[in-house]
Amino acid sequence: MKFVDEFRDPAAARALVKSITEIAGDTEWKFMEVCGGHTHTIYRHGIEHLLPENIELVHGPGCPVCVIPMGRIDDAMWLADQPDVVFTTFGDMMRVPGSRGSLLDAKARGADVRFVYSPLDSLKIAVENPDKHVVFFAVGFETTVPSTAVTLLRARTLGVKNFSVFSNHVTIVPPIKAILESPDLRLSGFLGPGHVSTVVGIRPYRFVPEVYGKPVVVAGFEPLDILASVHMLLQQYADGRCEVENQYARVVRPEGNTAALKLMAETFQLRPHFEWRGLGFISQSALKVHDDYADFDAEVRFSMPGVRVADPKACQCGEVLKGAIKPWECKVFGTACTPETPIGTCMVSPEGACAAYYNFGRLHRETALMVGQGAPVG
Amino acid sequence: MCLGIPGQVVEIVDPDEHLARVDVSGVRRIISIKLLAEQDVVPGDWVLVHVGFGMAKIDEREAQLTLDQVQKMGQDYLDEIDMFKSTDVGDGISA
Repeated sequence: MKFVDEFRDPAAARALVKSITEIAGDTEWKFMEVCGGHTHTIYRHGIEHLLPENIELVHGPGCPVCVIPMGRIDDAMWLADQPDVVFTTFGDMMRVPGSRGSLLDAKARGADVRFVYSPLDSLKIAVENPDKHVVFFAVGFETTVPSTAVTLLRARTLGVKNFSVFSNHVTIVPPIKAILESPDLRLSGFLGPGHVSTVVGIRPYRFVPEVYGKPVVVAGFEPLDILASVHMLLQQYADGRCEVENQYARVVRPEGNTAALKLMAETFQLRPHFEWRGLGFISQSALKVHDDYADFDAEVRFSMPGVRVADPKACQCGEVLKGAIKPWECKVFGTACTPETPIGTCMVSPEGACAAYYNFGRLHRETALMVGQGAPVG
Repeated sequence: MCLGIPGQVVEIVDPDEHLARVDVSGVRRIISIKLLAEQDVVPGDWVLVHVGFGMAKIDEREAQLTLDQVQKMGQDYLDEIDMFKSTDVGDGISA
């Protein structure tokens, strides 16, 4: 068992794999890891090659950078091109391609695009540059929304007039529902997102077992966490249970972070619908700046083009995000589309399935094929 | 982007503004602990740091395990530390 040597506790990993293999039997299992952080861990540590062949891990839509549709990137670039605008963004978004290049290209052309570590850094730039208007490009699931929420509150308290948020925040439950409703994916259960759940808790996933009859295990980010969570999912089937369990209880509280949820509700409201790359329009799946904070809403302050742009024909990010194909099954993977020259979002973010597979997974897969290790050998 | 890195709280800089100085792998910066306002954060505590905010209180063992794990991420980890170094919200902007 080659890959297991990199684990913090190789003996525990071996024991888990042995038990997983026993419980899995001959049934075909298909578990989706919702979170891009999990995808990263899985490829990084070659976990798919540790598991028996009849267990497939399907990568889900939980990479916030990956699910932003091209039209929103074009809007971001339009904002960056406005006179006296300083456009601030997390580093991950800089290289995401829109229909006319990326924010990095806009910066090279002379637009004032700056990357920031925190939305609070963006607010600080606004305070220090009263003659400029500073826009923060907000992306992310519920993990990141509270940080933007606190920043909005702070902007109001300080009476900052030259700061606004271009919100592309999304919520985790609607895409899970959309995937459950899609007929072509027959999933056996879900590895629930770890850090999103520190905010939302574990209750929002209850509909998955209750309505769709699939188990959910909220999982941590270590390779051992992934193995333990797969084990817990299989154990539910073995015991005839179907529920939401919390493998990451050392960080995730069942009720989530109630203070963060309250701040989010104050500063954001649900959009009627929002377009997701690959998943199309999903109702009530994204957050806009709350009407009470309209002064800080870039979509209110600027008349953005808001044009819907179809993905490039060659790009199959949509299929990857739905778990319908593996990264290496995309026609342009590793040839026209690489981390240096990405065509699709999944190749840009380290949490994207294509980038994670390109950087790590290929090596593991090649090694596995070389040593004939389709299934673990003990 | 959803990376959370453990940091140890060194000092509560401003209790009213929920500002704390944390140490992440030897780099010290001020972050907001407003999201943990209900959890009584004190110096010595470990918190999971995400985009300049404490997201969750974690115990020391968990902190060490997570730190070992993220350090294995190599360049992604170094990038995150570089970004953390760049933050500068310690002068009353933070909340």
